[in-house]
Amino acid sequence: MLGKLTWDAIPFDQPIPLISGAVVILAALGVLVWVIAKGWLPYLWKEWITSVDHKHIGIMYVLLGLLMLVRGFIDAIMMRAQQALAFHAQGYLPPEHYDQVFSAHGTIMVLFAAMPLVIGIMNFVVPLQLGVRDVAFPTLNSVSFWLTATGALLVNMSLIVGEFARTGWLPYPPLSELRYSPGVGVDYYLWAVQISGVGTLLTGINFVTTILEMRAPGMTYFRMPMFCWTALASCLLILAAFPVLTATLAMLTLDRYLGFHFFTNEAGGNAMMFMNLIWAWGHPEVYILVLPAFGIYSEVISTFSGKPLFGYRSMVAATLFICIVSFCVWLHHFFTMGAGGDVNAVFGIATSIIAVGTGVKMYNWLFTMYGGRIRFTTPMLWSLGFMTTFITGGMTGVLLAVPPADFLLHNSMFLVAHFHHVIVGGVVFAVLAGITYWWPKAFGYRLEEFWGKAAFWFALAGFYVTFVPLYVVGILGMTRRLQHYDVAEWRPWLMISAAGILVLIAGAICQMVQLSVSFLRRNELRDTTGDPWDGRSLEWATASPPPVFNFAVLPQVQDAEAFWDVKRRAREMHGSGSEPHYEALEMPRNSSTGFVCAFFATIIGFALVWHIWWLMIVGLVGAYATFVVFAWRDVPEYVIPAEEVARLDRANRIARQEAPYGASAI
Amino acid sequence: MSAAGTTITISDPYRLARGPNLARGHGGGGPATKRVIVGYGFWLFLLSDIVIFACLFATYTVLANATAGGPRARDIFDLNHVAIETACLLASSFFCGLATIAVARRNQILIQAALIATGLLGLAFILLEASEFAALYARGDGPTRSAFLTGFFTLVGCHGVHVTAGLLWLGTMMAQFFAKGFRPDIGRRFLCFSMFWHFLDIVWVAIFSLVYLVGTRL
Repeated sequence: MLGKLTWDAIPFDQPIPLISGAVVILAALGVLVWVIAKGWLPYLWKEWITSVDHKHIGIMYVLLGLLMLVRGFIDAIMMRAQQALAFHAQGYLPPEHYDQVFSAHGTIMVLFAAMPLVIGIMNFVVPLQLGVRDVAFPTLNSVSFWLTATGALLVNMSLIVGEFARTGWLPYPPLSELRYSPGVGVDYYLWAVQISGVGTLLTGINFVTTILEMRAPGMTYFRMPMFCWTALASCLLILAAFPVLTATLAMLTLDRYLGFHFFTNEAGGNAMMFMNLIWAWGHPEVYILVLPAFGIYSEVISTFSGKPLFGYRSMVAATLFICIVSFCVWLHHFFTMGAGGDVNAVFGIATSIIAVGTGVKMYNWLFTMYGGRIRFTTPMLWSLGFMTTFITGGMTGVLLAVPPADFLLHNSMFLVAHFHHVIVGGVVFAVLAGITYWWPKAFGYRLEEFWGKAAFWFALAGFYVTFVPLYVVGILGMTRRLQHYDVAEWRPWLMISAAGILVLIAGAICQMVQLSVSFLRRNELRDTTGDPWDGRSLEWATASPPPVFNFAVLPQVQDAEAFWDVKRRAREMHGSGSEPHYEALEMPRNSSTGFVCAFFATIIGFALVWHIWWLMIVGLVGAYATFVVFAWRDVPEYVIPAEEVARLDRANRIARQEAPYGASAI
Repeated sequence: MSAAGTTITISDPYRLARGPNLARGHGGGGPATKRVIVGYGFWLFLLSDIVIFACLFATYTVLANATAGGPRARDIFDLNHVAIETACLLASSFFCGLATIAVARRNQILIQAALIATGLLGLAFILLEASEFAALYARGDGPTRSAFLTGFFTLVGCHGVHVTAGLLWLGTMMAQFFAKGFRPDIGRRFLCFSMFWHFLDIVWVAIFSLVYLVGTRL
């Protein structure tokens, strides 16, 4: 009846997962009870859960990403603490638990923290920057989000019901095959990543269509803001790479569930095929994350330097160059496979060449700042911290790209230090910069600067104290994923690294204090004009937060920096022009399709993990029925009357006329 | 109006819909029409689906000789059987083309008839494929026998699953045309369906050539 699911799946004998799981469940129930008691449930259902508004979906993505960032960070604290304690000792985590912690940390950080954060910011910003009212497929966008949330839910469910994979964040066979991993951990991984991967693929389709087919009149390709270009490149990579992930995980699933022989040791299976396929997705995935991050830095640096982005076209070229070359480097993840000197040389050179594209970007940002009036706001500090951190992180990458050096450093802590150097310094800093930068646009008030700057300095210092020692132990010969060790030379470095994580915790606390303090002081920090930073692109041309339709009248773009151009012309005309002619607008109606789909996807995923076949069939029938019901609806849109559009837009126009153009709050 | 703009003709509806700016290649014409957006998005989906098939083709090719002492390709393929399968699928695509004409003419009887013919031929294809799979299973040459058969069953089976999903979609399309008539949104959905059906044809041509034709020669 319940497949493999029995009471044994609940870890009653292991206090750590049991207590943390209980705390999470109690917290979730507490929030739910609070929401119901306050009577907020109808509001949440109408305005958020069933919303197809790209702004609301973007905010929900960021919220999910932040929650998972905290979960992944707790895993990181556990690992650093374990390695600080486990010298000639077992530490406090038994090996089978430690293995789950590092697997969950990697999976959650890349797929359920970084991806939702980056996609969330893309969701919120791209349609506003393009000067349009929504994405190409609004309901599909909601489906994407809820499928991602399903994946995150399944991963976290494994904490309490069953176990998570012990294979590392990429389930390398033959370890991940049924013979060596007979538990449900790898199955949780497979279905969680598979379901959220479908959501990500749909996002890729949605945003490539939006960016290439839906832009404000006059916004030619070379007038798009840099963030839109990087979002386009990232989504093109999603389109080309995520199907590879889907296919590869499907093959491993067939191996595990039906006894197929793709990657097994027997009957002709080929485990190295898995490494090739998974990294043909995995390497572009890194650029899926970091290209939009580069876009965020471009926007932030240009705005706070008060200058157009230096070398805009070379930046576009560098972005697309990275987009293409990122597909030609995957073999550098396993130079030690033994493909031969020639093959390794080709991939080593291709890997080094990618640094050229990144170098172009670095110089562009430097020259954007050169001669500018720089305002050292929190987003700008994150950007400057990124530039220094990413250069050194990139250098160690170029070092690893040299095959003979890689043979020595393969799978060592040096590698761990390298990819944290680029991903934390590149993606996490960008996300925090982006959240601070676009927060006033999303919520109508700025974030408080003092605690934001404190969070930055703690994070930057904590980052170096945590990860530089890991380079050292890597060179001293420490391999990754060690549950305990007995080499005395490593000990002091691992203790320093553990101290570094304390500094990072201080940074995380400052970040939370910043959000709370800003919320309490929101009336002082209010952004009335919609343009708090003296911005240059179209998202600053509408109110904060923007009305549901974004723009009362679609902007007519005449310059690469659309909004800057509008402001310049307005100044020349001493104030803004005459009121536009308002018309009634059609907007897509809310839909519960995404949420219901995710409900059935959760059922399907859970049923497949535990081999509860009847429940899987129920889920599949439910999912199909949901699609038919969606396809059957007759009125997909509702009309906002012209008077309502005018009322909402006039309030913002008055606020803007009272505040002189070009005078920002900071 | 620009020089390029004056060359627009009525026979080129896409270009007309997107305005003269796009005709110049800079993309400044404002948001495209819904039909263009939906079709474009579905093209992108098909491209991503092609990447999935590309992975399966690649793995099949890598594993084609890993027979682990089991049968080789030329021992198990019956080209006559596959030829009939192919004929069914190609003919169903022809009827799908007729259905496109029926939508353009807004002819309810023709659309239902053409879609039934499409569906029946698709069903025949699936049944033939299932009989081939069943015969292999009965001989003990199922996908667990060797890596070669794993790759074969997955590649061909994945296409079969796509056709089955297409049949489910086709039934839904017929019901929608019947219940709601030729509404623009249903027309756009049919545009996607027909693209999907022809795409399955193209993938099958590749499977027929690479798996069956090349396989029996090896």
